Amino acid sequence: MPGTIIEEVEIIDSGRGDSPPPPAGGDDDGSSGGGAAAVPRRAYFTGISLGLGAILMFFMALTSSYIVRKGLGGDWQPVRLPAILWLNTLVLLASSATIEIARRRLADAAPEGFRRWWALTTGLGLVFLVGQVQAWRQLAAAGVFLASNAASSFFYLLTAAHGLHLLGGIAALLYVVFRAWSRSRITQGTAAELAAIYWHFMDGLWVFLFLLLHLGR
Amino acid sequence: MVTHESGGAHHPPTGFIRKYIFSLDHKVIGIQYLLLALFSVFVGMFLSLLMRIHLAWPSAKLPFIEGGIMTSEQYLALMTMHGTIMVFMVLTTAPQSGFGNYFLPIQIGAADMAFPVINMLSFWTTFVSLAVILAAFFVTAGAPISGWTAYAPLSALGEIAGPGQGLGQTLWVIGLAIFCGATLMGALNFITTTIDLRTRGLSLMRMPLTVWAWFVTAILGLLAFGVLLAACILLLLDRVAGTSFFIPGGLVVSDKLVRHQGGSPLLWQHLFWFFGHPEVYIAILPGMGVASHVLSNFSRKPVFGYRAMVYALCGIGFLGFCVWGHHMFISGMSPYSAIAFSLLTMSIGVPSAIKTFNWLGTLWGGRIRFTTPMLFAIGFVSVFVTGGVSGLFLAQPSLDLQLHDTYFVVAHFHMIMGVASIFGIFTAMYYWFPKMYGRAMSEPLGKLHFWITFPGVYAIFMPMHFLGLVGHPRRYSDLTNFAFLAPLQKVHLFITIVAFITMAAQLIFLFNFLWSMKYGKKTEVNPWHATTLEWTVPSPPPHDNFAGDLPEVYRGPYEYAVPGAAEDYVPQHLAPEQVAKAR
Repeated sequence: MPGTIIEEVEIIDSGRGDSPPPPAGGDDDGSSGGGAAAVPRRAYFTGISLGLGAILMFFMALTSSYIVRKGLGGDWQPVRLPAILWLNTLVLLASSATIEIARRRLADAAPEGFRRWWALTTGLGLVFLVGQVQAWRQLAAAGVFLASNAASSFFYLLTAAHGLHLLGGIAALLYVVFRAWSRSRITQGTAAELAAIYWHFMDGLWVFLFLLLHLGR
Repeated sequence: MVTHESGGAHHPPTGFIRKYIFSLDHKVIGIQYLLLALFSVFVGMFLSLLMRIHLAWPSAKLPFIEGGIMTSEQYLALMTMHGTIMVFMVLTTAPQSGFGNYFLPIQIGAADMAFPVINMLSFWTTFVSLAVILAAFFVTAGAPISGWTAYAPLSALGEIAGPGQGLGQTLWVIGLAIFCGATLMGALNFITTTIDLRTRGLSLMRMPLTVWAWFVTAILGLLAFGVLLAACILLLLDRVAGTSFFIPGGLVVSDKLVRHQGGSPLLWQHLFWFFGHPEVYIAILPGMGVASHVLSNFSRKPVFGYRAMVYALCGIGFLGFCVWGHHMFISGMSPYSAIAFSLLTMSIGVPSAIKTFNWLGTLWGGRIRFTTPMLFAIGFVSVFVTGGVSGLFLAQPSLDLQLHDTYFVVAHFHMIMGVASIFGIFTAMYYWFPKMYGRAMSEPLGKLHFWITFPGVYAIFMPMHFLGLVGHPRRYSDLTNFAFLAPLQKVHLFITIVAFITMAAQLIFLFNFLWSMKYGKKTEVNPWHATTLEWTVPSPPPHDNFAGDLPEVYRGPYEYAVPGAAEDYVPQHLAPEQVAKAR
């Protein structure tokens, strides 16, 4: 499969003056892969860390709003969390394990195994999202809606915000598999590593939110 | 097989759209941001002009105003949009995203930003955000009236709360949420670029103070805008989905009982100001960087206390996150909280004083060249001190009880956040124009611009302090109905006349800017005899800045008046043996 076989070889510190000249007849017409000079691989890890930092601030703002709003007392009616959330949590935790196995396969140059485990991770992610929607349907069936009460507002908001971020993660998983990495500034291995970092973060974030919704009722 | 794009020259795109519209070049994106800010600043200024005319002549017939004579609600709508456009579309974009985009990669010896596609997305998201916010003018009932801070419950209730609070306010919230996304992308790019793309030899303590300022500002943006985004989503849900995050129960508005319960308007204030106070520093820090940079150049002296300047920047950035409560002293917060916020706020005076002291130290004994950028840099220091000192008044809860929501506050934040930042923008524009266009802006016109603007802003905003001290509330559109305000009408008349003149002077700048692009005097590569890397590349710099040959840096950024050197400045990129030759 041309374009998907991986070598974990990268120019780590190109763009620092002593890099080799560009390949003759290079395809750099300003329209591919950003069209800019190479950047060190570590920049992508800095970037993803900062992005996750911003996402963390977003969820911390919602968390502190949750705590403050609940502390106002009076009208807060705790949401009875649907039992399916436990199952969803297990599914998401399992997907963190499978994505690691997939990454190892990739590092061992076993593309078939990588694809299988990567697809399994994507599938588990989708199962999680379907499960979350199912939880919403159960709550709605019980007459608990977004505007019913501050507690239910936060439940829908937090699960939806996390779900959208996870949907972004699923898009990233698909991107890693379907993009032609030969023309890119980074290898598929690096891209898989970045996607995995994001995925683990979303996993941990869900555990945190679940605990907040469960213990902070 | 794996192919890499390695270093070396990369070629500019050829098509018009790739080159000028959806460009990935940080310099083009920087100019796009500057043009967006230029458009916005004239829109914002026009709005303030209408408000000033109304304050001076309350019964005057005005253009663009439905019915001709401005109502209180129309006044509030203009004020809201003036604040929103100026804060977000001018003060947040021009100093950071505009000049930062253009010059940060060149000053650190990089070919571009770390993530050019994200950079492009960041600009076009900002553009969409501006379009959505401006659209509020054109919907039925018009723009929102809740101020740039959009305090709940006024902002959360919808149409019932007044004209503009329906669709207009919804567009405002959505526009702001989009802007959060844009700024987060920009901040991520700035920080990554500064951390990972510095050229060989450019250690952190050799970075120009401009780079330091953009770096710290980007960190503030990254941490603050996620919080504003969360707040905007909560507000939007209150408005369109019937939730009660910010709307309390039992509220009767326009003789109708509101069907919400239990929410907290103060929660909005906490969330907003946790973002809002760092936002103030997002506006001013880049100006500090540029002022330091330019003062050193035109004093022909190193920046006095470079390290202290860096630590002060970081200190201001850090403290900026600890003081949001000082906007809420009169909200009924515990006096103990107020004391903590007050002490933390006043402690910002320490790094600010370090910076001011060092700016004066830089000027002291220098061979000063009074060019236009230098005049604006000195002006920056002046208005920064003026605006900062009144901050110490407002930081004290007991004084704030009296001064809160008066013109004193208006004067304070216009001085420090508006005028000082704008002076930073002017400094940067006059200083870097030769690099951006290969031509210089007219010095006589620049000096005329400065000598009208500088006294002008003092004449506008100093009297406002006194209006505030005698208890003139802000946001009042009409004084004639209040006996205690009637004698102050003359002051408003004075301010309006000066504002006319000062705004007219900005047309001199606009003319100079546009005219010099085409007809300005051609300049050499390094007309100011400066030391940093942007002055080593052609003007304007080529697509990839250094033509694939990234420079190496050997020393700090402000090596002026080096003893024993043949010239009075030693550029950062000059190898030591090359310097020795010059002796």
